[in-house]
Amino acid sequence: MSAVVAEHDDHHDHGPAKGLLRWVITTNHKDIGTLYLLFALAMFFVGGAMAMVIRAELFEPGMQFVNPQFFNSMTTMHALVMVFGAVMPAFVGLANWMIPMMIGAPDMALPRMNNMSFWMLVAGVLLLASTLFMEGGAPASGWTLYPPLVLQTGKALPFAIFSVHLLGISSIMGAINIIATIFNMRAPGMTLMKMPMFVWTWLITAFLLIAIMPVFAGAVTMLLTDKFFHTSFFDAAGGGDPVLYQHIFWFFGHPEVYVMILPTFGVASTIIPVFARKPLFGYSSMVYATASIAFLSFIVWAHHMFTVGMPIAGELYFMYATMLIAIPTGVKVFNWTATMWKGSMTFETPMLFSIAFVVLFTMGGFTGLMMSVAPVDFQYHDTYFIVAHFHYTLVPASVFILMAAGYFWLPKWTGHMYDERIGRLHFWLSVVSVNILFFPQHFLGLAGMPRRIPDYAVQFADWNMISSIGGFIFGASQLLFLYIVIDTIKGGTGEKVTDEVWEDAAKHSLEWTLPSPPPYHSFTTPPTVIPTEHI
Amino acid sequence: MSTSNEYYIPHKATWPVIGTAGLVMMLAGFANYLNGAAAGSAWMALGLTVFIVMLAGWFTLQAGESESGMYSTQVGISYRMGMMWFIFSEIMFFAVFFGTLWYTRNLSVPWLGGEGTRAATKEMLWPTFEAVWPTNGPGKVGGEFEPMGAWGLPFLNTLILLTSGVTCTWAHHGLLAKNRDQLIKGLAATVGLGLLFVSFQAFEYHEAYTEMGLTLGSGIYGSTFFMLTGFHGFHVCIGAIILSVVLFRSWKGHFKPENHFAFEAAAWYWHFVDVVWLGLFVFVYVI
Repeated sequence: MSAVVAEHDDHHDHGPAKGLLRWVITTNHKDIGTLYLLFALAMFFVGGAMAMVIRAELFEPGMQFVNPQFFNSMTTMHALVMVFGAVMPAFVGLANWMIPMMIGAPDMALPRMNNMSFWMLVAGVLLLASTLFMEGGAPASGWTLYPPLVLQTGKALPFAIFSVHLLGISSIMGAINIIATIFNMRAPGMTLMKMPMFVWTWLITAFLLIAIMPVFAGAVTMLLTDKFFHTSFFDAAGGGDPVLYQHIFWFFGHPEVYVMILPTFGVASTIIPVFARKPLFGYSSMVYATASIAFLSFIVWAHHMFTVGMPIAGELYFMYATMLIAIPTGVKVFNWTATMWKGSMTFETPMLFSIAFVVLFTMGGFTGLMMSVAPVDFQYHDTYFIVAHFHYTLVPASVFILMAAGYFWLPKWTGHMYDERIGRLHFWLSVVSVNILFFPQHFLGLAGMPRRIPDYAVQFADWNMISSIGGFIFGASQLLFLYIVIDTIKGGTGEKVTDEVWEDAAKHSLEWTLPSPPPYHSFTTPPTVIPTEHI
Repeated sequence: MSTSNEYYIPHKATWPVIGTAGLVMMLAGFANYLNGAAAGSAWMALGLTVFIVMLAGWFTLQAGESESGMYSTQVGISYRMGMMWFIFSEIMFFAVFFGTLWYTRNLSVPWLGGEGTRAATKEMLWPTFEAVWPTNGPGKVGGEFEPMGAWGLPFLNTLILLTSGVTCTWAHHGLLAKNRDQLIKGLAATVGLGLLFVSFQAFEYHEAYTEMGLTLGSGIYGSTFFMLTGFHGFHVCIGAIILSVVLFRSWKGHFKPENHFAFEAAAWYWHFVDVVWLGLFVFVYVI
């Protein structure tokens, strides 16, 4: 196998710095992973609070609590905070914690840059949040920031744009680090096709990030110059075109949504085999399916723009290309199902969330397929149907899987077991309320209720009230998760967990061969046995 | 000390958070400046100062570690991968502006001129507009202007940048052959040619603004012209700064034939800037 380094030298044995400064100047992948995860959790509640404002306003027809401008700021900021502040950082946090342990590395490849990418994220989100308190309010154009509407933003506009730049730099640095770690830091014997699926999905996601974040940065830079430096990129009078912005945005935006879903697939593919007590069904097809989805994500962007007035050839091409995505995605759903088939399944909280993910994500996928049909999309476009669609692919998919990941790895991270009873209560409250929250929005959208609007016609009243009730229950249920996280960090049930935590988990992936909690540097000497049960 | 098959993991990094603070001060200051706040430019200057101090400190730290042999081959591979994918992200950034140029020249401007099924657009909006390139659009945004020719200064600049690519490679050969003199001379020539390029471009911009009526506000032609060449010029400056650091280190006796990541990274970056210019020269100036 490997010429293993017999003894590791002094600088590997450094502990962390003392006090709060430890968290500011750390280069340790676990410390930085923890920072990312806690920051994401905090932003999940900030973005969630904004969603509560939206649902409270929509509880009844008519204007109740906020003015329309602030309502639109809430929909915009809710999206930006959830995408760039919560879901993406949470997955980067998981990548930081898990990838070095899963591939048998001591740490991330570029530890100083790792620190910088976290603080750039914080800086970007703070800059974005500061716009809430500015003259003219926070951006209210929707997270897509379409011109010419977004150019009417007040003092917030340059701050929002620079916040996007900072978030982009952060993501690019994080992605470069992940690629270098996976390509350069694998233990001897850890070939690419033996890597856990989570590592594979993040490798592919990292390529997406490097390719798209500069594109978004370029798009918002042109917004900035159009607003402040007299350029005409998105102004037809000067020969530009506002539709050009939409093309550039969605060239970024469509791969961006896959940045949030591919690591979700990776975690699901990690959890389901452990609790089904079977190897992942069709490992290599999972790898190829992930790569196919990533490739397709670059050539389908204009399905977000069917109603903008494209040539018919464009409509047809983007329609058929979009439908293709259903094939690799279907491969994944069937593989998860086949993994569970005839397994000796148990239903601990991570598995419950994962099964709910498979079912509910599939529903979100099917509504996506409905909207890929261009003429049909003419009716769905900008209604609550699309809101229901992408929330199904994000909340009971990405967010549920993030919860599952929390329950799955918290015992490994902390060395303490969480309270299974409260975990299950959290799951059942979440899975019921999330459907009360989002399922009626399909009906609202099909009946014609537009999105991003604070008031609506009375025929939409009933389903909106039901949706809001579901939203409030869902929001309140998440406080249970917060409680469980804090409780587990402080000692949980008091039960000392084993290295493996879950039965036979060490057969699936390397992190379970380390103590719980793992040492400050994961593998100072490379592991010699590579688990292959996940393959 | 570390052995060659160990992976060096630094501890307690202070520069990243200082650099982030500098960048945020710069950007928040710039945003305030754009909003007309008086303190904006002062914050920009302060942020820039912090950022420069960070670069100097971080570079010094890395150079010291590299020279004392703390980086194994494996660490070197991580650095090379990092630089490679950073350059890839830069390529994607430029791709946006090249894409914009393509889209406006081939789609949006012809559509405004009534091409294809867009006859009604022309008829209803700007019936007198003729779609030709260069254009400042049907609104004649920015007034009359003269487009920038290719075969004067831009062509000279092309030759300058191509030559600088050669001198850069010549310096690399000097480094590999342990010819310190050739290394320093090659690098100095590369930096000098880079600065010459930027000066010529500054002169070209001056001409455009004062003699030709061509500004950033000259419709879509002015927008794409200055955005593409401007961002490129900015990258030439970054490349020249990186090369200057490498030049300084060469003069201090750093780098060995088998270990000179900083030189390689600077050279890759320089060649990248070079290739972008060739794209610019063809698509912005010639065609």
